[in-house]
Amino acid sequence: MQTRPGTRPRRATAKSGRPGMWSIRGPLSRNQYWLFAALGLLVPLGLWWIASSGAAVDKVFLPGPVDVFNRLVTWYTEDDLLSDMGISIYRVTTGFLFSAVIALPLALMIGTFRPVQAVLEPLTDFIRYMPAVAFIPLVMLWVGIEESSKISIIFIGTFFQMVLMMAEDVRRVPLAQIEAAQTMGAQKGETISLVIFQAAKPALLDTLRVTMGWAWTYLVVAELVAANSGLGYSILKAQRFLQTDKIFVGIILIGLIGLVMDQLFRLAHRKAFPWLHLRS
Amino acid sequence: MSTKISIQHVGKVFGEGSHRVEALKDVSLDIADNEFVTFVGASGCGKSTLLRIIGGLEYHTAGDVLVDDQPIMGPGADRAMVFQHYSLYPWLKVMENIKFSRRLKHGRENLTSADVEGASGRADALLSLMGLTAAANAWPNQLSGGMQQRVAIARALMGRPQILLMDEPFGALDAQTREVMHDLILHVHRLEKPTLAFVTHDVEEAIYLADRVVLMAPRPGRIDTIYEVPLPAEREQDMKHTPEFLRLKKEILARIRETSGMKTDQGMLDQLNMQEAV
Ligand SMILES: Nc1ncnc2c1ncn2[C@@H]1O[C@H](COP(=O)(O)OP(=O)(O)OP(=O)(O)O)[C@@H](O)[C@H]1O
Ligand SMILES: [Mg+2]
Repeated sequence: MQTRPGTRPRRATAKSGRPGMWSIRGPLSRNQYWLFAALGLLVPLGLWWIASSGAAVDKVFLPGPVDVFNRLVTWYTEDDLLSDMGISIYRVTTGFLFSAVIALPLALMIGTFRPVQAVLEPLTDFIRYMPAVAFIPLVMLWVGIEESSKISIIFIGTFFQMVLMMAEDVRRVPLAQIEAAQTMGAQKGETISLVIFQAAKPALLDTLRVTMGWAWTYLVVAELVAANSGLGYSILKAQRFLQTDKIFVGIILIGLIGLVMDQLFRLAHRKAFPWLHLRS
Repeated sequence: MSTKISIQHVGKVFGEGSHRVEALKDVSLDIADNEFVTFVGASGCGKSTLLRIIGGLEYHTAGDVLVDDQPIMGPGADRAMVFQHYSLYPWLKVMENIKFSRRLKHGRENLTSADVEGASGRADALLSLMGLTAAANAWPNQLSGGMQQRVAIARALMGRPQILLMDEPFGALDAQTREVMHDLILHVHRLEKPTLAFVTHDVEEAIYLADRVVLMAPRPGRIDTIYEVPLPAEREQDMKHTPEFLRLKKEILARIRETSGMKTDQGMLDQLNMQEAV
């Protein structure tokens, strides 16, 4: 930049016209992002610490972060935390996978053929309003109290929402993409597999990511059914013995596992659909 | 010249009862082999509907549409369609989009290895014809609107369609890009010799490209006037300023205004002014 006498060279500050992070939908650098994300996690942690360290607060009512961490360690060393986590992850992912495997072809059919939509959508809409918890007695009656019963509850809680959302993803495929294929000579099956499915894939993966979160919220409900292991079961048992710190560990662990899975889905999205992530 | 597309007393009704819309009524038109026909007319006069019927994407409720004297049965590779937008496949790179028809069973039947080789040669040729060689490995959403439409045209041409149907393909492009595309599509028309049916809102575009301009009128959608374009077969941008061109443009614009049944902007303004004066 040319500087004339009497004018100071301008620095590239927020005043230089570059939009700052507080402008509407303004930019945020990677470092800034992590800074804010850390803030969002650490501030609640700090508040929790302060709230729990007051002398008047009963540990049974609100354990502090240190108590919770200690409980995490003893759970790991004495109570086989890993197998509790393992069995819960197994239940959730199996229920979720069953749900996904059945929902995907159904959603493709619902989103593609109007008669299928007419038959299945109102029915699914009806069922999804039924609370999954209320199915527990029926599941015990029909499926028993084995592992499959817990998986069934997760399935019931996830499946119906998943079908409807996936069908919507399929319906959102632009008609022009479908018709372009038809005027290039694509048959029905080819149009579904080479265009509709391919075009819907990114949205479908996003739907899987969101519904995976919902599957986890049904874990505690599922482990109400004659379980003797698992994170949800441990939370329920801890409640009976007033081990508030253990309830905290269980809840936080479920949150963390959910967070990890969410990030894995996002990573998969970036790897599988690079054209959607060109500008980030 | 032989008739390629024969539209005979075609009618199209959408919906029933109070939703009933007569989109087309008694439309008859013969389009010759290798002819370039453009369709203009007020919004809602059924241009898109007529094009989609030829493409087999919509069913007519009366009359007949014949291609090579055969009634059409749904969409087919002999009648490729280029849409205004959103028709490219964002998950395929430019080259893969152009070669899309090679993935279809229809394109693979009765193929010899020479055909397969010829096909990739053709894809390359179309790529360079469209000036897209440098973009072969780009994703569609990395391209400008004009480049995306060139990909769509190349993809439509890949299967050597005898008929190319275009519904406002340049409607979303700026004026300069559009001029480039006009000369490109004329070049394609000379080179590949498809029969071309082209819908547009832009009367200048309609005249510049066409052998004949078909003017349609709404409510119910019908053909109002057919204009022969009095220009030499080889078109040049300068012809847009010739008296014949300007006269025809004026005539068509006036007729669209008359047939549209809507108050023209000028009419609306006059009315507003009068109200103010009172
Ligand atoms: N799928 C449909 N269902 C009901 N009515 C329709 C449908 N498609 C078109 N129409 C109606 O048919 C008439 C003609 O529509 P069409 O899209 O062919 O007009 P157009 O000449 O292409 O208009 P534009 O210039 O705005 O694109 C309109 O009145 C429209 O509302
Ligand atoms: Mg239209």
